[in-house]
Amino acid sequence: MLEAFANGFSGLLAGFLHLQLSNVVMIIVGCVLLYLGIKKDFEPLLLVPIGFGCILVNIPLANLMEPHGFLRTIYDAGIMTELFPLLIFVGIGAMTDFSPVLENPVTFLLGAAGQCGIFLTLGLALALGFTELDAVAIGVIGACDGPTAIYVTAKYAPHLLGAVSVAAYSYMSLVPVIQPPIMRALTTEKERMVVMRATRKSVSKTTRILFPLVITILGGLIAPMGLPLLGTIMLGNLMRECGAVERLTKASANEIANVVTLLLGISIGATMDGKIFLQTQTLIILALGFIAICLDTACGVLLGKVLYVTSKGKINPLIGAAGISAFPMSARVVMKEGQKYNKKNYLLMHAMGANAAGQIGSVIAAAVMLSVLKGMGII
Amino acid sequence: MKIELTSPIPGKIMKVLVGVGDVVNEDDEVMKIESMKMENPVYAPAAGTITAIGVRENDEVEVDDLLLVIEEGG
Repeated sequence: MLEAFANGFSGLLAGFLHLQLSNVVMIIVGCVLLYLGIKKDFEPLLLVPIGFGCILVNIPLANLMEPHGFLRTIYDAGIMTELFPLLIFVGIGAMTDFSPVLENPVTFLLGAAGQCGIFLTLGLALALGFTELDAVAIGVIGACDGPTAIYVTAKYAPHLLGAVSVAAYSYMSLVPVIQPPIMRALTTEKERMVVMRATRKSVSKTTRILFPLVITILGGLIAPMGLPLLGTIMLGNLMRECGAVERLTKASANEIANVVTLLLGISIGATMDGKIFLQTQTLIILALGFIAICLDTACGVLLGKVLYVTSKGKINPLIGAAGISAFPMSARVVMKEGQKYNKKNYLLMHAMGANAAGQIGSVIAAAVMLSVLKGMGII
Repeated sequence: MKIELTSPIPGKIMKVLVGVGDVVNEDDEVMKIESMKMENPVYAPAAGTITAIGVRENDEVEVDDLLLVIEEGG
């Protein structure tokens, strides 16, 4: 009788006995992510489910990521099939107004410059000895765009998914901290004070409907490997701009995006098993991701300086920093920095243009990279 | 001299911080405009007395819409 009690008790203690140091560390990491999301308001919609998923997967014997575990089922259904990031993209397209780009097409260049970090970091990762596919996944952190990073990593380097997505999302929320020092270091006070007036040019509805169609067809023909990303974001945008399917637009931007964000977050958290996550490789990936975003910002601002010169001082180089796809955070950073030096300066709309261009730019950059790699026979 | 302050960005007037007859200094905050889910302060273009206000809270504004008029030096 006593023995039966003892056995029963040891059953309850088994979880504790199987707890390894790596699990304990990861449960703490999960709590830190929750703290950042809940208390510090860093991307809470993502960090809360990611942090909790991380805690769940590190509790031994529950086997949530083993075959038939519920986290494995969600992961296989949505991440391995790349469906979750694509559904999020429909929502992003439905939420994004691309008219600031169309009003000021020069911002397209800034949106392209903001992607340089992807390619520079790809080179850096190759130099550090990562395999081609791993390097692609690491470089794509420089897209500064969660769904793009998850899509590419899930497809070509799924073992890095936890590290890459944590890097992508945490740096995105750190954009207001990472960008300003780089912006200040690369510009003169005179350049930062350049006033850019918002224009009242309006873009016709026809243009706004044609834009997603043209981008999809042209972009798809140039870089077919990236068509899933480009096609979904542009489908969302077409639905938004045509105004004929308001219910679908709202569902994509709200209900679908919310449900998928929850499932995406928890399955990303579930990839953060201590045994896999706690490697020096993860730290290197976090460091490379940081470098990627710094390089993006620097390239954007430097092109901004070129435009400052070619426009004879009419373009404020700060808006170049918004050429990354962290939308709309980096446009807000630019607005704030600009007003710091000249209270009558409102760079917001111009920065939004560069920022929306960066959104498309990151997708096109990833698509081009994949198509080039395909051409080289690597994937 | 009358100086007109027009809206620098499209958005919604969140707060009007001054009233007609108020004396303001240059670069005093006079309004807050919400644009792109961001709160943007609007500053007085010159020192003087507010003689007219063209908008109310919750109004939608476009670029160049009249926000207020300042009688300079007032």
